[in-house]
Amino acid sequence: MSLASYALGIFAALFTLGVVVEMLRRRRLKERHAVWWFIAGLLALVISVFPATLEWFAGLVGVEVPVNLVFFVSSAILFLVCLQHSAELTTLEEKVRVLTEESALLDLRLEGIERRTPGQEDGSRGRQAGR
Amino acid sequence: MTVTLEHTLIVMPALNEEASVADVVREVKAKLPGVSCLVVDDGSSDSTAAVAQAAGAAVLRLPLNLGVGGAMRAGFKYALDNGYECVVQVDSDGQHNPESVPLLLEQLGEADIVLGARFAGEGDYRVRGPRRWAMVVLSTVLSRICRTPLTDTTSGFKATGPRALRLFAVHYPAEYLGDTIESLVIAARAGCVIRQVPVSMRARVGGTPSHNPFKAAAYLGRAILALLFALSRPPILLPERKGAPA
Repeated sequence: MSLASYALGIFAALFTLGVVVEMLRRRRLKERHAVWWFIAGLLALVISVFPATLEWFAGLVGVEVPVNLVFFVSSAILFLVCLQHSAELTTLEEKVRVLTEESALLDLRLEGIERRTPGQEDGSRGRQAGR
Repeated sequence: MTVTLEHTLIVMPALNEEASVADVVREVKAKLPGVSCLVVDDGSSDSTAAVAQAAGAAVLRLPLNLGVGGAMRAGFKYALDNGYECVVQVDSDGQHNPESVPLLLEQLGEADIVLGARFAGEGDYRVRGPRRWAMVVLSTVLSRICRTPLTDTTSGFKATGPRALRLFAVHYPAEYLGDTIESLVIAARAGCVIRQVPVSMRARVGGTPSHNPFKAAAYLGRAILALLFALSRPPILLPERKGAPA
């Protein structure tokens, strides 16, 4: 391995970690979403600084070509992140559903109150026209 | 328990039904004096809400399309918030005959959920081919789970009593087929008593039921999946029925 490719590996890992940490710091990323990216970045950093650890670990788990272990672990992490996103999406859909219901129920209640209060019809009509 | 029309809410989920919803609302009001009628406008892009309101129904306008399950859950919540004892789901396309509602309510004395079934002898509604087989498989399995003979489990004509209403206002499923299959599984496992009464259905105002065998197969597959998942979830328990039903 040339010095350039060695440096490229370290740079890429540090860059990934830097982006994750900075996004966490700016609250652009929640901790529970960042955890997989953080683990991936750390692993990449360890392997790029000490390539021997990859060979040692590949030998330990019986993977003949060490780089295949990298592909395996990367796809496993990507898979888990995707799964987590699907789960989050489901939770969000459920929350949207509850909010939709509540909003519609409140809308109907408000309409009833407006109908019972004289002189408020203008507001009611404006609200409906806005839909 | 005597169920009166005054304590009953007719809930009609409606998606772009401006052509039929007003007639259905008017028919319900004419044939069931004293009953309240709620149209849940499931994010329609036409004037369903305005038409239904003009016909004299309360209209719950969902700003987004939630599907029949989501619309019904909103309806159950509304019923609970406004002190209704029972909810009867009626389709807004006019295929359910409002005259059958008292038949369903009558059975609510002993049951928590009453289904209006299309194939139980009355009426002339027929389905053939693979779609028919899918329905037979479903009704056989669901009859065992619900401990009562059911012939038409996908019926959208349903009466819900006070106990089931409390359950459904929180736990009514919104997924595809959730409103027919999973809701029955949830109710049966919560200890609700489910009954079926034969009703006659009228031809739908628009559209014909699909007889495409691939669609029927996909439908059966999804239904079985929905059924298996519903059974694998932990049951939701309800407090015991208080006193003997009168």
